[in-house]
Amino acid sequence: MIAIVDYRAGNLTSVKRALEHLGHLECEITDSADKIRAADRVILPGVGAAGATMENLRALGLAEVLRRDVAAAGKPFLGICIGIQVLFDHSEEDSADCLGVLPGVVRRYPNSVDGRQLKVPQIGWNRVRQMQPHPIFAGVPDGTHFYFVNSYYPVPADSSLVIADSDHGVPFAAAVARRNVIASQFHLEKSGAAGLKLLDNFCRLSF
Amino acid sequence: MLAKRIIPCLDVRAGKVTKGVKFLENVDVGDPVAMARYYYEQGADELVFYDITASNERRGIMLDVVNAVAREIFIPFSVGGGLRTLEDMRAVLLAGAEKVSIDSGAVRNPAIISEGARAFGSQCIVLSMQVQQTGERTQVPSGYEVVIDGGRVFTGRDAIEWAHEGERLGAGELVINSIDRDGTKRGYDLEITRRISESVSIPVVASGGAGAPEHLRDAFTRGAADAAIVASIVHYGEHPIPDLKRYLRGAGVEVRDAITLEVR
Repeated sequence: MIAIVDYRAGNLTSVKRALEHLGHLECEITDSADKIRAADRVILPGVGAAGATMENLRALGLAEVLRRDVAAAGKPFLGICIGIQVLFDHSEEDSADCLGVLPGVVRRYPNSVDGRQLKVPQIGWNRVRQMQPHPIFAGVPDGTHFYFVNSYYPVPADSSLVIADSDHGVPFAAAVARRNVIASQFHLEKSGAAGLKLLDNFCRLSF
Repeated sequence: MLAKRIIPCLDVRAGKVTKGVKFLENVDVGDPVAMARYYYEQGADELVFYDITASNERRGIMLDVVNAVAREIFIPFSVGGGLRTLEDMRAVLLAGAEKVSIDSGAVRNPAIISEGARAFGSQCIVLSMQVQQTGERTQVPSGYEVVIDGGRVFTGRDAIEWAHEGERLGAGELVINSIDRDGTKRGYDLEITRRISESVSIPVVASGGAGAPEHLRDAFTRGAADAAIVASIVHYGEHPIPDLKRYLRGAGVEVRDAITLEVR
């Protein structure tokens, strides 16, 4: 079973619809620690603010479950959008202390670069450059566009975590991975065929 | 760098797609789910549905459409038309829309923008504004006035001032729909699009008037738009989306290469 972590954010159902479209019918949106512990794979999706996300994860008792029983236990984990940002130590958004599964911080995109105005939030399709071979990108050409909606971006302390990058005024980590933990800034479930391919790849990965 | 987005717009009346020409003669151009799938496969970057006969009895029909679309297409889409309350927005988002588009309802009750942004996040809230050139005057210094209710009611509000107010209240995107250009195929109103785009920090979507590929190029360059809504230019097969993108790429505009992949 694939557990989609319900922490009271939006966008949970679109991940479930995409999984079902791909034929991965055994997936469930859940806030149950037991179900998440028992799941074969765990997805933390959604849109939301870092502070509220962390508050909800803690209030539901899920922050520790994700850290200990998912990330550290070697269970395949996929974070999407806010789900990548809360993996790091700290976010500038709401000055939130996050899960600390990966070393690094989350910063806000600048409002301007070299005197030129930058639109924040970044809303739209941006080109993603694959920095190192990773099975999550199997079958997806380098330089493919994916759909982003964010005002903040992760800055991993260890650049070897970055498996793909992109550029919105500043270069940023578009996808990171360490063993069983994989995460993307972009919305796989809204990125057309390429996004579906990544989601499908995740569902087939073994470690 | 973000790609410029092409967003086909589907006006939906009682579950069927129509395209209003100056909001008058509506020509039935098909089933919304089939059209959404078609545009998705053609490489549309996003879709927008406007429920043009939004009324409480009809709301259910639209929600069924949204549900069906969300099961088949995996790009963002927004839904607008008659959304007035947080509950209206929530229903559309739960049915699978990525964003809600608010228009006349937001002019009547601007607080809905901030309430929506607080409840669902700014990225969900698209402020769509219909603008018409009515002449510069004290109340409307830009000469562009906000109109509501399908272009029938003049508000006396300046379009640029309203755009700024919308951004301040928490809108995540602005759609600038020119009533003067809508359905004319004479091109977008580049002036108001550019003036607004350059004075806000959120993405701006040009709307109304696309009739030729050059119009999209102009919207993205001289109009400084981040995205452009298209309707009749694509609805009748004259300029398929792949052709528009090929043209734009040739004109030096960054667009998304839609790729086809075997997924299961």
